[in-house]
Amino acid sequence: MIKQLFTILSMLACSFAFAQIEKELPTKPSPPRLVVDYTNTLTADQTNSLEQKLVAFDDSTSSQISIVIVESTGDRDIADVAFALGRAWGIGNKEFNNGILMLVAKNDRKIFIATGYGLEGALPDAIAKQIIANEIRPNFRENDFYRGLDEGTNAIIEAIQGEYKAPEGYNEKDKKGVPGIVIIIIVIIIMSIIKRGGGGGGHYNRRGYHRGSSMWLFPGAGGFGGFGGGSSSGGRFGGFGGGSFGGGGAGGNW
Amino acid sequence: MSTRNIVLISIVAFILLLGGCGCSGYNGLVQKDQNVKSKWANVESDYQRRADLIPNLVNTVKGAANFEQETITAVIEARSKATQTTVNANDLSPEKIAAFQKAQGQLSGAIGRLLVSVERYPELKATEAFRDLQAQLEGTENRIKVSRNDFNAAVQDYNTSVKKFPMVLFSGLFGFNEKGYFTAVAGSEKAPTVDFNK
Repeated sequence: MIKQLFTILSMLACSFAFAQIEKELPTKPSPPRLVVDYTNTLTADQTNSLEQKLVAFDDSTSSQISIVIVESTGDRDIADVAFALGRAWGIGNKEFNNGILMLVAKNDRKIFIATGYGLEGALPDAIAKQIIANEIRPNFRENDFYRGLDEGTNAIIEAIQGEYKAPEGYNEKDKKGVPGIVIIIIVIIIMSIIKRGGGGGGHYNRRGYHRGSSMWLFPGAGGFGGFGGGSSSGGRFGGFGGGSFGGGGAGGNW
Repeated sequence: MSTRNIVLISIVAFILLLGGCGCSGYNGLVQKDQNVKSKWANVESDYQRRADLIPNLVNTVKGAANFEQETITAVIEARSKATQTTVNANDLSPEKIAAFQKAQGQLSGAIGRLLVSVERYPELKATEAFRDLQAQLEGTENRIKVSRNDFNAAVQDYNTSVKKFPMVLFSGLFGFNEKGYFTAVAGSEKAPTVDFNK
């Protein structure tokens, strides 16, 4: 009887511990973004520049690198939070599990780079640790968070570059919400309007210079697929793909 | 129609109903049982990964001038005990899991003490070989933690089904016994963490 009671209690304790960490996690950004700064440490320009770089990398390789900056992970080990968050948001693709989460807990002065199952070979823990020591820590110590993250992501990109290639049609995946023909017609109409009015066909906006691309007129267009597992072709992130994490990665403080 | 017939029919109907529930419950249990086994395989391979790192760790540490021999011996012994304590995936009883956890916990403790001793050898601590090894060990501990959590979740799912009505009437008959959990981290079981950033 006592044994049974004990089992039931330990079962309850187990589910409780499990549910708790899920509840504490920040909610998935909507519209989806790869760079999420809850602390306003980065300026809007810095966030956008990191976002653009990582979205472009996702577009070409389907590997998703996400940066999340929080104030603190409280009593929780930053590694546990990183794995739970990576799984909850589904960073990387379901098929390849090729996601990376750089979780920064600013007030704790801690960072953890969590690697999805599919990237553990390309970015071994020892390399992740070296990236923290060489690229991230020196910059964070100078309070230059942007530079640390920028150089850190560059080093990660260099390491995992050749591991995956975006599958055929990866960029179109997220448009399944709207029939392709509708998009083509809209694009043709827009193009003809631009051609008639603009002459050169180039435009500046806050995302940079766009030549003949129509996506900036439809900020929502890239997000049609929601979290369906693709990314957009127009410089916007299409959503996380359901990748999983198994404890790979390394952490450090500054 | 007599009352006897009615009673007979309702008994047959009751048995059929139970059997039907039992069947679907049985299939569900088979699936959950498989899930537990695959999660167990992950736990085992993560612990194996740690065991595989130890010869490397021992060799690196041995290189340091007069590193205390008994600390190294303790790790080697704990490793051989831990690798001998294997659990068959078909018998994940609470007792077997507890024995496995105990053996692995002793190895964790021995590794932890070794890493603490390393603190007294700054020139060893500074080598790249040791730093890489340290990162690998930390990563392995993290993987163990994750796979153990996943295993516990799978066992919880399975055990709940085993004990639910009407499956509880059949589970013993079909050989679906309750499985064991990894228990929460206590003292010796704690992952060896040494802060190398100081």
